[in-house]
Amino acid sequence: MHIMEGFLPVGHCIGWFAVSTPFVVAGAISVKKIIRERPETRLTLAAAGAFAFVLSALKMPSVTGSCSHPTGTGLGAIIFGPAVMAVIGAIVLLFQALLIAHGGLTTLGANVFSMAIAGPWVSWAIWRGLSKLGASIAVAVFFAAALGDLATYATTSVQLALAYPDPASGFLGAVVKFGSIYAITQIPLAIAEGFLTVVVMDALSGRAGKGDEVAFLAGKVR
Amino acid sequence: MAIHRSVWLLAAALAIVAAPLVIPGLGGEFKGADDLGTDAIAQAVPGFKPWFQPLWKPPSDEVETMMFALQAALGAGLLGYVIGRRQSSSQKNVAGR
Repeated sequence: MHIMEGFLPVGHCIGWFAVSTPFVVAGAISVKKIIRERPETRLTLAAAGAFAFVLSALKMPSVTGSCSHPTGTGLGAIIFGPAVMAVIGAIVLLFQALLIAHGGLTTLGANVFSMAIAGPWVSWAIWRGLSKLGASIAVAVFFAAALGDLATYATTSVQLALAYPDPASGFLGAVVKFGSIYAITQIPLAIAEGFLTVVVMDALSGRAGKGDEVAFLAGKVR
Repeated sequence: MAIHRSVWLLAAALAIVAAPLVIPGLGGEFKGADDLGTDAIAQAVPGFKPWFQPLWKPPSDEVETMMFALQAALGAGLLGYVIGRRQSSSQKNVAGR
């Protein structure tokens, strides 16, 4: 999902920065509020960031014969809400842009939007939706993490299609083209991320299978 | 029950990642999707040149691999620390988390 340095037109770079910045600012405010109100959740917050750090460094082989990496942003979005992940995701992406030349500073706004905003919001919405429908915590967390991961890569495909529409088939043709590179490859990896997210959530809470697992991690119940 | 669930979920994740490597017919060159996306742009726009270069690039693939490993190690280390602390505090039946 990393759009490489200098690969988006200047106007698009500015546009995505403009869209992403308010989310990151809101996220920073949200992080401050969570730490002030529930200081005991600081370690969980750190763990959610650490999870995104590990998973986004792991490039895994996929059935399409190419490699890609999960995002790890679903866990934090489920526990703390999607806003905080804008900050955590931005930190991960900045680390990679500066120290690995993966992604970029000019494309940071666009990459933050796909990995740290679109993915986490989709994760959170699916988590809330499935919970309301009565799904078990593990099932809701699995689908939230997997589909959030996939949403990040779908977003990247749309971002690239907006910047580079196909000369013959236009924007939609380009969505299909970039989608076949990013989103299809991502499907098995998204499923793996869903499984791993459930495992890490169980390990962090030590309350696997109990109904208040996520609320416990969020510091809302003791 | 908890350990049971984690074990089979981890096994399933491992199987998903290993399958393309071991099942004949699946797989291919295993290039990075990010690089393939970059190639697709270069193909769609003949003569494409990125308008900005990274401020710093790892000087070789080995150094790049080290940086990715470092990123994973930092994350895994912190994650393991938090999980270990939780498990020990819940064993001692302390409310801390």
